[in-house]
Amino acid sequence: MGYLKSYALYGLSLYLLIVAAIGIGYTITGQGERIDFGWFLSEVSPYFWAALGIGLTVSLSVVGAAMGIHTTGVSIVGGGVRAPRIKTKNLISVIFCEAVAIYGLIIAIILAGVLEEYSESKATPEVIDRNLFSGYLMFAAGLTVGLTNLFCGLSVGVVGSAAALADAADSALFVRILIVEIFASAIGLFGLIVGIMQTSKAKMGDKV
Amino acid sequence: MLDSLFNIDNGYLEGLVRGFKNGILKQTDYLNLVQCESLDDLKLHLQSTDYGNFLANEASPLQVSVIDDKLRDKLVAEFQHMRNHAVEPLATFLDYITYGYMIDNIVLLITGALHQRPISELMPKCHPLGTFEQIEAINVASTSSELYNAVLVDTPLADFFGECISEQDLDEMNIEIIRNTLYKAYLESFYDYCKNLGGTTAQVMCEILAFEADRRAFIITLNSFGTELTNEDRKKLYPQCGKLNPDGLAALARADDAENVKQVAEFYTEYRALFEGAGNNPGEKTLEDKFFEHEVRLNVNAFLHQFHFGVFYAYLRLKEQECRNIVWIAECIAQKHRAKIDNYIPIM
Repeated sequence: MGYLKSYALYGLSLYLLIVAAIGIGYTITGQGERIDFGWFLSEVSPYFWAALGIGLTVSLSVVGAAMGIHTTGVSIVGGGVRAPRIKTKNLISVIFCEAVAIYGLIIAIILAGVLEEYSESKATPEVIDRNLFSGYLMFAAGLTVGLTNLFCGLSVGVVGSAAALADAADSALFVRILIVEIFASAIGLFGLIVGIMQTSKAKMGDKV
Repeated sequence: MLDSLFNIDNGYLEGLVRGFKNGILKQTDYLNLVQCESLDDLKLHLQSTDYGNFLANEASPLQVSVIDDKLRDKLVAEFQHMRNHAVEPLATFLDYITYGYMIDNIVLLITGALHQRPISELMPKCHPLGTFEQIEAINVASTSSELYNAVLVDTPLADFFGECISEQDLDEMNIEIIRNTLYKAYLESFYDYCKNLGGTTAQVMCEILAFEADRRAFIITLNSFGTELTNEDRKKLYPQCGKLNPDGLAALARADDAENVKQVAEFYTEYRALFEGAGNNPGEKTLEDKFFEHEVRLNVNAFLHQFHFGVFYAYLRLKEQECRNIVWIAECIAQKHRAKIDNYIPIM
């Protein structure tokens, strides 16, 4: 891992250097107003934010679930060679990880249902406001749910792996570690709840 | 994050080695073995453990050397299986473990050649984990530089040979010095490799290897009293990667008898506890036994962390200790000298 870390550090410092160079260049040549965040936020179409939110929900959740499943699955397989009794019980860990992906899927479907077109030329300022608001809300909901599910899936995976190996050594331990896993999967639910609350206020379309 | 990435390449093998470790004999198994009246009884009791029928095909009057060989074969089979499934960096880590056995094999073959033993007699005594191609060619070498140029330069041990190349003929004294110099270079190289891996592996392995280095320093010192080894030569054999470096090693180099060595150990808490109460009288444990006990403790603790390579090293060492224990008990039973039969090192 050592060389990967140094590559990442090198890449990050190069990127920051370029950004700083561009920023200083603009400031020195008196074109500082070109870096205009307000313009960016108000001109980018709400479709972009909304669609990105939908994509992030399901993709980040699935990444989290996938890493969780592979972490725990590999340990179940390895531990199951010498202790075959752990095979069936430990599939619960895999189910917990899968639940994380389902949370992401639910929110993505809800968000995709909210997504609607509006005509920019005939829109009143209220309609535009409404749609921008919804776009941001959907992006935020997607980020919330996606990131919480990502880390929830990772943590359930690591705990599930430990549960499988501990179960192989001593079967009384499995239920105790399962309690830890339940707490770990609860945090995915938190993301789901907040995501639902954010989505409930989102409404796109021509009618205000 | 890093923990999940460990499981991509090494998760299956970690699960497997933990499964193997769960099969290591427990205290109840040892109590059963100690009660055995004969070696056949021992074989019967071992059938109910993880060993199963490994002695099933052996001729009826069982001998301890046969038991020893079969125990070692099982261990070697497990290790080879894991090594075959391993990818980098675990593959290099497991290779490093085998270098120690290679050094022992080389010294065994050279010593055998010195005593004019035929190579076919010596080859079965070599440890299977430490074989490499062209290993039989070792008995043609008569000086260490020939040994290096002819055989070792193609092996992974080439880097460890550094300072020992000379034109002197190989004799008893030189062989031991060569063995210890090679082992010192190997241990320090292994230590650096583990440190570079970083994370939990470094934390666990560096502790174990530091103890190994210090233990060798103590043993070399104690064994060199009364021999022709001078203090300066002795100092060159101490591995530098332990806790004794630099002050303890300097003090050990000046030591002249066992009392001085014990005084050096007084400065380090773990080693003071080991030297205390160790002796050669009937009721006490010997220093070697205490070192083994400490090593077993460190290796068992390695299993308390997850997602690191130390479990593979620790499993190998624990299994070897178990083999030594079983052979000790078998010898006591075979020779009907049961006074010291309880002197095995309990593992769990």
